[in-house]
Amino acid sequence: MGGFSYEELQAILVMQGFAGLSLFSVLLLMALGLAIIFGQMGVINMAHGEFMAVGAYTTYMLSTITETYVPGFMNYYFVFSIIAAFLVAGVIGYFLEFSLIRHLYKRPLDTLLATWGVSLIMQQIFRSVFGAREVSPTLPEWLMGSYQPTDTIDIPLNGLFVLGLTAFVTGAVFYLMFKSRWGLRVRATTQNRLMSGAVGINTKMVDRLTFALGCGIAGIAGAAFTTIASTGPTTGSLYIVDTFMVVVFGGAASLFGTIASAFSIAQAQSIMEFFLSGSMAKVLTLLTIVVILMLRPEGLFSIKIRK
Amino acid sequence: MNTQATEGLWRHARKLLVAMSLGGSLAIGPVHAAPPTADVNTTGLAVTDSTVKVGILHSLTGTMAISETGAQEAEKLAIQQINDMGGILGRKIEIIQEDGASDWPTFAEKSRKLLVNDKVAAVFGCWTSASRKAALPVFEKENGLLYYPTFYEGLEQSHNVIYTGQEATQQILAGLDWVAKEKGAKTFYLIGSDYIWPRTSMKIARKHIENVLGGTVVGEEYKPLGDTSFGSVINKIRLRKPDVIYAAVVGGSNVAWFKQLKAAGITGQKQTLLTISVTEDEVLGIGGENLEGFYSVMKYFQSLDNENNVAFVKAFKEMHGKDSVIGDVTQAAYLGPWLWKAAVEKAGSFDVDKVVAASEQGDIELHTAPEGYVKLHPNHHLWSKTRVAQWSKDGQAKVVFESDLIEPNPFPEGYQ
Repeated sequence: MGGFSYEELQAILVMQGFAGLSLFSVLLLMALGLAIIFGQMGVINMAHGEFMAVGAYTTYMLSTITETYVPGFMNYYFVFSIIAAFLVAGVIGYFLEFSLIRHLYKRPLDTLLATWGVSLIMQQIFRSVFGAREVSPTLPEWLMGSYQPTDTIDIPLNGLFVLGLTAFVTGAVFYLMFKSRWGLRVRATTQNRLMSGAVGINTKMVDRLTFALGCGIAGIAGAAFTTIASTGPTTGSLYIVDTFMVVVFGGAASLFGTIASAFSIAQAQSIMEFFLSGSMAKVLTLLTIVVILMLRPEGLFSIKIRK
Repeated sequence: MNTQATEGLWRHARKLLVAMSLGGSLAIGPVHAAPPTADVNTTGLAVTDSTVKVGILHSLTGTMAISETGAQEAEKLAIQQINDMGGILGRKIEIIQEDGASDWPTFAEKSRKLLVNDKVAAVFGCWTSASRKAALPVFEKENGLLYYPTFYEGLEQSHNVIYTGQEATQQILAGLDWVAKEKGAKTFYLIGSDYIWPRTSMKIARKHIENVLGGTVVGEEYKPLGDTSFGSVINKIRLRKPDVIYAAVVGGSNVAWFKQLKAAGITGQKQTLLTISVTEDEVLGIGGENLEGFYSVMKYFQSLDNENNVAFVKAFKEMHGKDSVIGDVTQAAYLGPWLWKAAVEKAGSFDVDKVVAASEQGDIELHTAPEGYVKLHPNHHLWSKTRVAQWSKDGQAKVVFESDLIEPNPFPEGYQ
């Protein structure tokens, strides 16, 4: 690339690096909830994307309410909307597990079909309640625009925000799973359900809360993505493909795998996109994933457990 | 019916069109008694002594519902207004609505249902080129009549389709000429979604930039439909420093694209951006604040300041709610029933071949179109003006340039 000054190339390099990181955080945030549910419970939640949409619509509603009734609060509502998105999606997930999923644990393939049905129902509910058109919440001023460390470098603020949020959520999930008593019970249940029950763990409650947690994190992801894209009734189905790709590629039962997989897919995609056209980059990324999965069907990382 | 009677009826119809607001079915009811059904329908269409059935075929569900909602709302408004004026040839229009469900084979199947089972006299519908291409063989085989509202890539002219949106050259060339002249633009970066319409449009744009304007294309990029990560592309654009970004990104990607441009510090104050894929409908999702200062090239904007449009916007909001917005395609869809009415009344018949023959005379015109005067060209497309407008924060656009009436040219020489 001739004709560019050293500073310019350096600036592009920095921004390109950030573009990759940004995509990584998006993919990871999407996949985290699914990985928990898939990894810990073996349930393939096809309605995962719709739970993201629940989070996004919650944000949209809060934005509209704030704008109408307390416009002075516009700068802060977004933080609360993330918490609200987590709670709303989590509660819906809790009841979904109670009413549907728990009856299907013995038939894992049927959960695929059942959750897909749930996703269609949810899409239709969104359409009836919010209309077919896409909506966008009004974002607070501090989330718009860019941070400029030098004249030539622009770092998008919404990207930084999603990155920070992802780091926080990932940290929280790891703490919950590997440091807390509750996480211990979850892992025990995953490894040996009968034995866990025998030592007094309420495994049914563990399942229900794990599912709710996964859905709640999907809600957070949905809220965060309103800063990047818009929300429509079918938004969820747009994200679900990428989400599954990350989880399957990473190895279904491993949170580390999910992180590694999100990182490698994001970097590969973003670097190739810079040198090739967008569609070509996507094709090459998918092709690489297919080849790797052919050689390693269990994904990048897999936990060795007694079968 | 003899020619003189036809002429008389046609002249009367035209007067009615000019003074649409006079409306009132009384005016034509008793004076021009409805001609006998046997005369106006020799091909077994669903026409009775007092009614005529038409089809509306848009996606009410699925990913395209976002865009197609407005189009079918406008068609219903036009049909209601026509009915309030006494209908067509003394017959009220009855609508049979089908859902294309954003699935192209479904469009073909529903077209067959409308034409074969319901025997509708005309269909107003389709939105994407893919749905039109899927339905086209059915319309040609069953000899139906389709009014297609979307601006599209051109390179098509079917006996059975009337295109009420702009074909690519109408929309593209005038906009590029404007930006080259007004902004002195020399270098262009082309970016679009990866399917037929953006690719064909960009091909035409590139030829025009290189051969006519003497400019250079410094980058051409296509992103998969639905993709929401534009970081790398935006960096490439930054590196190339084009005078103009020329964009045809559609659907959900569109929102991500503009939000990320703004987040990357590329705004209307610093960068000229011309898009051919943003109407008022898309702005709802993108948000006016992310578009402020950028330009769209379309034939219609909701803010157009003329009598027809003021009346149209008012009627549309009365029927579909005060928060509804009207984009380019919605307006083009509104023209469909009116153009059909004019052609049917000119032909004095609902028979598809006669209506098409009347449409091909080159003198079907609407003085009452919200976009201003339009005329149907014998090649089944509309003469229309192209406008460049600049978006403001409130989601409305201010027209900064208006072309003369441009002749539709679906098969442009030297651009293929």
